[in-house]
Amino acid sequence: MYNYPNMTGHFGQFGGIYMAETLIPAVEELRQQYLHYQNDPEFKAELAYELKHYVGRPSPIYHAKRLSEHLGGAQIYLKREDLNHTGAHKINSAMGQALLARRMGKKRVIAETGAGMHGVATATVAARFGMECIVYMGAEDIQRQAPNVFRMKLLGATVVPVESGSKTLKDACNEAIRDWVTNVESTFYIFGTAAGPHPYPMMVRDFQCVIGNEAKIQMPEMIGRQPDAVIACVGGGSNAIGLFHPYIEMPEVQIIGVEAGGHGIETGMHAAPLTANAKVGVLHGNKVNLMQDENGQIAETHSISAGLDYPGVGPEHCLLKEIGRAQYVASNDDEAIAAFDALCRFEGIIPALESSHALAHAMKIAPSMSSDKVLLVNLSGRGDKDMNTVARIKGITL
Amino acid sequence: MSRIQATFEKLKQQGRRALIPFFTAGDPNLAATVPLLHALVASGADVIELGVPFSDPMADGPTIQRASERALKQGMSLRGVLDMVAEFRRSNDITPVVLMGYGNPIEAMGWEVFSRRCAEVGVDGVLTVDFPPEESHNAFLHLQAHGIDPIFLLAPTTEAARIEQVAKLARGYVYYVSLKGVTGAGNIDLSAIEEKIPQLRKHIKLPIGVGFGIRDAATACAVAKLCDGVVVGSRIVQEIEDSSEADVVANVSRLVNELRVAIDQA
Repeated sequence: MYNYPNMTGHFGQFGGIYMAETLIPAVEELRQQYLHYQNDPEFKAELAYELKHYVGRPSPIYHAKRLSEHLGGAQIYLKREDLNHTGAHKINSAMGQALLARRMGKKRVIAETGAGMHGVATATVAARFGMECIVYMGAEDIQRQAPNVFRMKLLGATVVPVESGSKTLKDACNEAIRDWVTNVESTFYIFGTAAGPHPYPMMVRDFQCVIGNEAKIQMPEMIGRQPDAVIACVGGGSNAIGLFHPYIEMPEVQIIGVEAGGHGIETGMHAAPLTANAKVGVLHGNKVNLMQDENGQIAETHSISAGLDYPGVGPEHCLLKEIGRAQYVASNDDEAIAAFDALCRFEGIIPALESSHALAHAMKIAPSMSSDKVLLVNLSGRGDKDMNTVARIKGITL
Repeated sequence: MSRIQATFEKLKQQGRRALIPFFTAGDPNLAATVPLLHALVASGADVIELGVPFSDPMADGPTIQRASERALKQGMSLRGVLDMVAEFRRSNDITPVVLMGYGNPIEAMGWEVFSRRCAEVGVDGVLTVDFPPEESHNAFLHLQAHGIDPIFLLAPTTEAARIEQVAKLARGYVYYVSLKGVTGAGNIDLSAIEEKIPQLRKHIKLPIGVGFGIRDAATACAVAKLCDGVVVGSRIVQEIEDSSEADVVANVSRLVNELRVAIDQA
């Protein structure tokens, strides 16, 4: 039976708690509190209530008929996480963590954000529960995701630009960890993805599993069976693990994670550690496949999608690749843009650039499959935040 | 007897506390590191913590982050740091050198290769900030096999059970992080240190060094009264940053000498 992580937070050789001593008691406290509340009927009922009435779950599954017909092969279905309150899957986990923070008596929450969706989700739940909220965001990401920065500020959060390193998601993570180590007693770190020190990869996954658990009920209702493959984009990989995890023990369902191929794997300018077989290393509290140079310095990454622009990946994806249960591939920048355009034109849905990577892979494989095959793509977020980026790529000034 | 043990025993006999300066290898440039090591010894350093630069120094404040960036820009690497220690050892076989940094550069080299090389070049201890005892089994085995001391951190948040766990694994000395925060952060709370050290002593038989937030001679003196060694990092790195390349050795020597005098008054 598949049962990870183990008691010490390891997914095979991956995961763990690689943190400075000051934070070890904090992650241990979090682990104990989470293990306690995860099965607490009152906690579960409150989370279910918030997910239904505030987030708007369950999110529907939509058959993208015109796009499927256009491709002339497998049928593409979309799990509409873009329809959640705040426009992405991030709120599933931010809500769970905020409810936990409240029970732990933490009145201040911090978060890192890349594309800004996790920052917006965190600012949202902080406003909902009256908590102070600080969001760390790379200065480069602040440029390319300006609408989300404004949303966070409207919600009452303080957005701190991070100027160090590559000024993207990994640097925002570094800075959030520095805040946490300084304010460890008052502060709950609402982590954005299924990575970091134990228990985060497990806890974020559990909160995101609502995606896959719903899909497992919805697909048989719609088509009388489960899909042939589930497909999701993978940066840290929280939307992906949320869809994949409930399907792990159904071998008939293929699992495909799609990383950011940037300018192409062969150029080295990408953010696809699994596809590129990056060496195993340690960053941000866990051991994972990690883009790095021969001296163990973390490599700079490239992707048009700020949410995927990260050198590592969650430990459970590393394990799923190692044991062969999931397959990891990459979509390049231009393929993601083509998929973005296609979904706009064929279905009237503007997807996030992150989700467009997953869609791009589905569009790549669908034409060679028969029309009775079904691909379920996680549409993890909406693309409103990406207007500036897409306009710039198309040479348009807004 | 290891260099670290010999150093602390000698200090104990003399009734003195260790001065443990830190700086980042390769900062401000590659050529400066070995002369700086010798200058620190000449100015009164007992043990030297030599920083191995890392691209993502999560436990460090802005001062040491910038030092890391400068060093990496100069092409500094873990291999290069080890070569520098070898060069230092050609004319100093007494002063302990502890490498301090993050785990990934060592993971990339491999713990066995790294530990063997440490023994060859004369590194005495290794402190890996992001490898707590829970994740240090493999590292510990390789370091121990080559006679290198694994140095562990303890923090204000560390409770009794963990102190005991660290006591079992630690060798050389233990580094008590005197505040909740990153290196070079705010004000040190002397009364909190005074309260914590006896708790640590219940389990820790090794010498205890205290660091983080020690920015001047007066604080160094006050901290020295409470423990066996005083670690000064960001303040020295700041001095390196503020000095012209021509003055860096003289300025750092003056600063370390001031700290030495202050600590000896404790």
